[in-house]
Amino acid sequence: MTGSLLVAAMNFHTLLFYLFASLACGFAVGVVVADNVVRMALYLVLSLGATAGLFFLAGAEFIGAMQLMIYVGGTLVLLVFGVMLTAQAPFVSIKTSASDRVLAGVVAASLLALLLQAAFSVEAWRRPGLGEVAPPAATPIGTALVGVRVDDPPPGTPPGVRSGYLLPFEIVSVHLLVVLVGAAYLARAKRRRTPRAIEVAASVAPPVDERRRAGGSASALTAGGVR
Amino acid sequence: MNPVALGTIVPLMAVADGVSVSHYLVVGAILFTAGIVCMAVKRNALGVLMGIELVLNGANVNFVAFASPYLRGQGATSLGIDGQVIALFVILLAAAEAAVALAITLAFYNNHATVDVDRADDLKG
Repeated sequence: MTGSLLVAAMNFHTLLFYLFASLACGFAVGVVVADNVVRMALYLVLSLGATAGLFFLAGAEFIGAMQLMIYVGGTLVLLVFGVMLTAQAPFVSIKTSASDRVLAGVVAASLLALLLQAAFSVEAWRRPGLGEVAPPAATPIGTALVGVRVDDPPPGTPPGVRSGYLLPFEIVSVHLLVVLVGAAYLARAKRRRTPRAIEVAASVAPPVDERRRAGGSASALTAGGVR
Repeated sequence: MNPVALGTIVPLMAVADGVSVSHYLVVGAILFTAGIVCMAVKRNALGVLMGIELVLNGANVNFVAFASPYLRGQGATSLGIDGQVIALFVILLAAAEAAVALAITLAFYNNHATVDVDRADDLKG
């Protein structure tokens, strides 16, 4: 009885919020609990995807799309490649000692208590009404990134010129360039120079008379080049 | 979860007339705590990286919640577009950070043939 009343009282926004919130929090805890690094990566993908759903529900559809494209599509693919490159058998699951787990649980409980107390002390924010639609946020974000603000100022803002985000945008773009060049430099393979494929083929090639009998002009060419 | 918070969450769910910004903050707090614990506990370097991603994501949830047009308070000033732009910057910088940290992890793996952060004690005095 109370259950049906509860369902009737919930609207879709609330229902979807609880769905995405429980998915995000549950998979985040799964990342902590899992020992296998491949499973951790999978749980992280699901947690970040559910968080994108939360962003959509909060009216930040552009941020949600960027979360899906950059985080889930880019960063996590990078991370999964890292997992695959370093996934030797002894490192796939490195166990944490039980005492560390207990200590981490105590620290997590106290930190969570502190943060939840802060979260519930925010009072002045109302619940959303039904049938209320906010304008899409992509255009104000795009113009703010090139330095022009077209969104309404929040109440209580003193009149005057509000700054855009052109300078941080440029700084971030240069930062991304430098960081990616640096990452490519750091992650390059530093092995000794391996012989090229054509030399390897020539070194294991059959003797000359057999090769002439085979009559491959290409192989004769490469053999001549090596000699 | 501590009993006080549980006692506050359950009435919120029973009322169920919509989500407030506190709900988002709770999600952000749980993501943040999971990330902190992941950074502290995991011995795999990639696990530590995933913890950092979770922490940044928890902060992003808070930014988006305070910027949300649906959760704007009566008389309270919302972050508006600013919060969303900051969340966007956080996502971009997290991508850059992941690239560099992954490169460092790969270099460490090439030199030491392990990804166990407990073995990275070359600079210990």
